[in-house]
Amino acid sequence: MIKKEMIAMLLAGGQGSRLGVLTAKMAKPAVSFGGKYRIIDFPLSNCINSGVDTVGVLTQYRPLRLNSHIGIGIPWDLDRNFGGVTVLPPYEKSANSEWYTGTANAIYQNMEYMENYNPDYVLILSGDHIYKMDYETMLDFHKSSGADATIAVMPVPIEEASRFGIMITDENKRIVDFEEKPEHPRSNLASMGIYIFSWKVLKEALIKNKDQAGLDFGKHIIPYCKEKGQFLYAYEFDGYWKDVGTLTSYWEANMELIDIVPEFNLYEEYWKIYTASDVQPPQYLGPESAIERSIVGEGCEIDGKVYNSVIGPGVKIGKDTVVSHSIIMNQTEIGNGCNIEKAIIAEKVKIGNGVTLGAFEEKENETKPGIYCEGLCTIGERSVIPDNVKVGKNTMISGETTAEDYPSGVLDSGRTLDKAGD
Amino acid sequence: MRAIGIILAGGSSSRMQDLSKRRAVCAMPVAGFYRSIDFALSNMTNSHIQTVAVFTQYNAGSLNTHLSSSKWWDFGRKQGGLYVFTPAVKASGNLWYRGTADAIAQNLDFLRSCHEPYVIITSGDCVYKMDYGKLLEYHIQKQADITVVCKDMPASIDTERFGTIRMNEESRIEEFEEKPVVSKSNTISCGIYVIRRRQLIELIERAEEEERYDFVRDILVRYKDMKRIYGYKIKEYWSNIASVEDYYRTNMDFLRPEIRHYFFREYPGIYTKVTDLPPAKYNVGVSVRNGLISSGCIINGTIEDSVIFKGAFIGNNCYIKNSIILNDVYIGDNSHIENCIVESHGTIQANSYYKEENGIKVVVENNERYVL
Repeated sequence: MIKKEMIAMLLAGGQGSRLGVLTAKMAKPAVSFGGKYRIIDFPLSNCINSGVDTVGVLTQYRPLRLNSHIGIGIPWDLDRNFGGVTVLPPYEKSANSEWYTGTANAIYQNMEYMENYNPDYVLILSGDHIYKMDYETMLDFHKSSGADATIAVMPVPIEEASRFGIMITDENKRIVDFEEKPEHPRSNLASMGIYIFSWKVLKEALIKNKDQAGLDFGKHIIPYCKEKGQFLYAYEFDGYWKDVGTLTSYWEANMELIDIVPEFNLYEEYWKIYTASDVQPPQYLGPESAIERSIVGEGCEIDGKVYNSVIGPGVKIGKDTVVSHSIIMNQTEIGNGCNIEKAIIAEKVKIGNGVTLGAFEEKENETKPGIYCEGLCTIGERSVIPDNVKVGKNTMISGETTAEDYPSGVLDSGRTLDKAGD
Repeated sequence: MRAIGIILAGGSSSRMQDLSKRRAVCAMPVAGFYRSIDFALSNMTNSHIQTVAVFTQYNAGSLNTHLSSSKWWDFGRKQGGLYVFTPAVKASGNLWYRGTADAIAQNLDFLRSCHEPYVIITSGDCVYKMDYGKLLEYHIQKQADITVVCKDMPASIDTERFGTIRMNEESRIEEFEEKPVVSKSNTISCGIYVIRRRQLIELIERAEEEERYDFVRDILVRYKDMKRIYGYKIKEYWSNIASVEDYYRTNMDFLRPEIRHYFFREYPGIYTKVTDLPPAKYNVGVSVRNGLISSGCIINGTIEDSVIFKGAFIGNNCYIKNSIILNDVYIGDNSHIENCIVESHGTIQANSYYKEENGIKVVVENNERYVL
């Protein structure tokens, strides 16, 4: 019989629509981060580093990139004879086939998977945060406090607390109350969306609430447990934890990595972050290149100048091109004589010669002002940008564009140019 | 594939000076992140050879560590696998490998237990890409007993380290000189051979009876008129790294765009053990001109015409020129390093000055390291 003390269920099915065009073709956990990683690498690496070797990854929205990235889990040592990583998409049933309608509903639909491992505890994770955390210490806390469910929380500045789910605890960290995005928060402990449940408690709660539409942990399961009088505890985490749910927070989190001693340090030996990389060779900096305050992934060929940027693996940057305050993802090629400022350029983009990104005065974006903002110029994956065009701020470009798409060679600030289709 | 592979990875080399003190030549880091044996291993796997034996002896630990898992080269399968053979105590006695032929002789059971009809033998200290399938086709088409891969070298080459070959117009080898002081030919053997497995077993058994232990001298040279031994000339890049000068030059070759393109971007690739290092980081005050930088490096100084291997730290205001900095080296602030190879895990104290005027200096510094 197989027995695992704790297994993890990683929710990776969401689109993450606030990341705009970055998640047009892939789920948010598959988005590149920090010069060589993808967002899901952080929870997966945390799992294996914490000794959790059985992980179910729940996928739903555009799972291809995620599937091929995870494979059989080799990069994270999650290729196991017993356990390991399993990708769990929604599936057809004899009656009532349905998509995953909510976080807890997705877990409920994979009851069989969990039962196979006969666990004592189940760890629920989401695939959209950047952090290093030892789930084993959280489990120790869960056991020693005698909790039925433990929620990881993080102290946030009280003025920002109204953006989060807030936990109110007593002096023993037992949760006495909680509120979702309260106007007047009574505590600054924000839920991180990380839960440890004792298996019996979780199973009972899921079965009891299975008919609830859009069954969700925060909205239904946790309130249900509290009403039943079960022991809910808050586990306080004080390390680095970053939500990269919006384009601006995604850009900021990347930029934080280039500080001399970044708050989130990837260079520590003892808590490695693993990833599947298809590019291995070293990077080359040409005789006329210049580079400062940047991190650069494997196999890049840089002949231009790079400042304050995060460059992914296999990127080519041509001569006399200046890149600053930008994120450039895997295998994008940028021609000669370009000027790129504050841009997020997704994977496998081709940019011609003499292109300017991030020009002109700032204007509000015409289609999604809440997403394409703060002066960022965002280019979707596999886009093509022709020679000698000028692109403004708060812009979005996706798909193969040609010179005709840029009247007199210009795409003004605030414009959206989407030729990718679905 | 109709062949198994043998990689001869036993040797040390006095020409490597201090660099081979710690490791076998085949475990030498190359081009920023590979190890020398990766080229032979990747060629094997890219040619669909599934069963590969590595014979190693000198400082075998270094190679064993690198080969601790065979999955990076896609071995470790039910069909085939990667086998590392070091000398062992046997009923017949406990002997070191007395030569390349002896290494094979001591592991003849492995050869006997395979069923593939051919054997590809290569050395593990060469940097090259090759489709052994094409080589095997040539071997069969020529009805050769043994095929030797060879390459024309510039006339200036020091033949004392190589075997030189002269072929007739049908590519049959007429002359084979091992490590001649002065050679009549500048076509050298690349140390890559094809031979039928049964033939190899026979020849090795005979050599063993006669107490002859070297594959080149006692088989190739000795049998060259009796057996049909052919040459297979290659024009592609091939470089042996087993001397400090050649090691330095081979690494510096990777600063040339066509070499990088050939090895890094052209299909099929070369694979190595994954080390999961973060991206390279460049802080304020950096200048890199014509430099190859590997992941995990933190760069604060100036680098010109150099190759920096994985996980190196270059301090503020350093100046590195025409040098090779191996894995995990720490270089303190204000240091000047020119025309050097800095041995891996070394720690160079701040304000050091190393400059070699003639040739290349191997720097081995094991100072204590105070870092975060």
